[in-house]
Amino acid sequence: MGRLTVNLCGITLDNPVIPASGTFGFGYEFAELYDINILGTFSFKGTTKEARFGNPTPRIAECTAGMINAVGLQNPGVDKVISEELPKLKKCFNKPVMANVSGFSVEDYVYTCKMLDKEPQVGWLEVNVSCPNVHGGGMSFGTSPEAAAEVVSAVKAATTKPVIVKLSPNVTDIVAIAKACEEAGADAISLINTMLGMRIDLKTKKPVIANKMGGFSGPAIFPVAVRMVYQVANAVKIPVIGMGGVSTAEDVIEMMLAGATAVEVGAANLIEPYACRNIINDLPSVMDKYGIENLSDIIGGVNNG
Amino acid sequence: MKQSFFKITKNIPLNSNVYKMCLKGDTSFITAPGQFVNIKLDGKYLRRPISVCDCEDGLLTIIYKVVGGGTEQMKDLKEGQMLDILTGLGNGYNTDVSGNNPLLIGGGVGVPPLYMLAKELIAQGKKVSVILGFNTESEVFYEQEFKNLGCSVAIVTADGSYGTKGFVTAKMDVDYSYFYTCGPEPMLKAVYKQSKTQGQMSFEERMGCGFGACMGCSCKTIAGYKRICKDGPVMLKEEILWED
Repeated sequence: MGRLTVNLCGITLDNPVIPASGTFGFGYEFAELYDINILGTFSFKGTTKEARFGNPTPRIAECTAGMINAVGLQNPGVDKVISEELPKLKKCFNKPVMANVSGFSVEDYVYTCKMLDKEPQVGWLEVNVSCPNVHGGGMSFGTSPEAAAEVVSAVKAATTKPVIVKLSPNVTDIVAIAKACEEAGADAISLINTMLGMRIDLKTKKPVIANKMGGFSGPAIFPVAVRMVYQVANAVKIPVIGMGGVSTAEDVIEMMLAGATAVEVGAANLIEPYACRNIINDLPSVMDKYGIENLSDIIGGVNNG
Repeated sequence: MKQSFFKITKNIPLNSNVYKMCLKGDTSFITAPGQFVNIKLDGKYLRRPISVCDCEDGLLTIIYKVVGGGTEQMKDLKEGQMLDILTGLGNGYNTDVSGNNPLLIGGGVGVPPLYMLAKELIAQGKKVSVILGFNTESEVFYEQEFKNLGCSVAIVTADGSYGTKGFVTAKMDVDYSYFYTCGPEPMLKAVYKQSKTQGQMSFEERMGCGFGACMGCSCKTIAGYKRICKDGPVMLKEEILWED
């Protein structure tokens, strides 16, 4: 057991660093840059039952210390993910991978999760009930405790692997939703997905993004993410994966102090393709600096005075 | 793709809002004309994708138009400053299929990537014709540079203040074996319609990462969904699907 090791739902991670879904594809773009086996794991591109092109472009907007995206769950559909993407992924990644799943109905989620649950390399199912970019789906399941619980119960009944529920910050009471997911059988909670945001071009006076609104991510949302991770981790017994603007080893430690067992890194991968490798390399010396022997010791270790 | 630091050796205006920047660094990952680089700027979150105008022995040249906060910041960068740049992005133009007398058509800041393309085609012994389109005389750049390579150059301006009045399509009634183009989308559409041969067209889109990870710049083509940053920016004429 190394200093960076953590346990996520019974599976040991060499370190808590996990590239977040939608920022790492199916891994192989990054495998050209570095050996992605150094990662704890990664969460692959959000997969739906049917193939999706996603939203019209422009899908991306610059923000202060962050960005907005409205990709809209572009993916080849679960059948092609299994027949084409996973075999390629297997060639460059030899650890259990996190399968990120979205849907438009409870049946969609169950179908896609069931298919991916059978794949040997899938270690966890990360059920996204929080995509802000798709009308009439995704986030609507994550904004009410009852709807989120319904998805979780149905997916749990149909699958064998640990189910992580990825929650939206665009809600009034994230704790109530997290608790409902825990009661429905979720094995872990991951948060936060992007915050709903918008930019307007002053020259054209039009929204920058074709979809008008999109998910705001990057360092600007980090404090919101730390706060929500803290609130949820204090309210549930299951592990929490923290994400939202994480860009450095210090951010990883802060998230873990707030209560995260593992940490996902999103937008940073797009700006700094070596972000996760740099974070993993930096962790031991940053831990030394703050007198941390083992990362697993600091989970939820914030000193409330 | 490679991430490395480049040192600015020159950053000069070509006209009132178009600038040329020369940079020294590792250019070994730039393998084809029409590729682009993605530049990190202080205080900006997203990198800025800019097409490669020329690249030779560790010297990279880019030409950019000041259109917003990022390029505004770029124009004030000084010689000697270092920039964090991702190189070797995008597929670039394929010169193997050009035939003997290819036609290159550029509009505005779509002109720069055609320079390295012309250079390469001429090095292959091909007879290169170039049509460069601008709004007005004061915006014209690189006419002489293309001539110096040995290209035959036609300039068009929308207001007729220099060269032929009109759009690039006004000069397309010539013989050519193949075409290559880069410019604003209305120009690409017009070139597409008027072209008599196969060709390659370079597209632009707001990008997230620039290297194929985020799906921020996807487009639909006859050959399926493509990422402009990774599967493009150059598309074959026959695979383009215009969405009106």
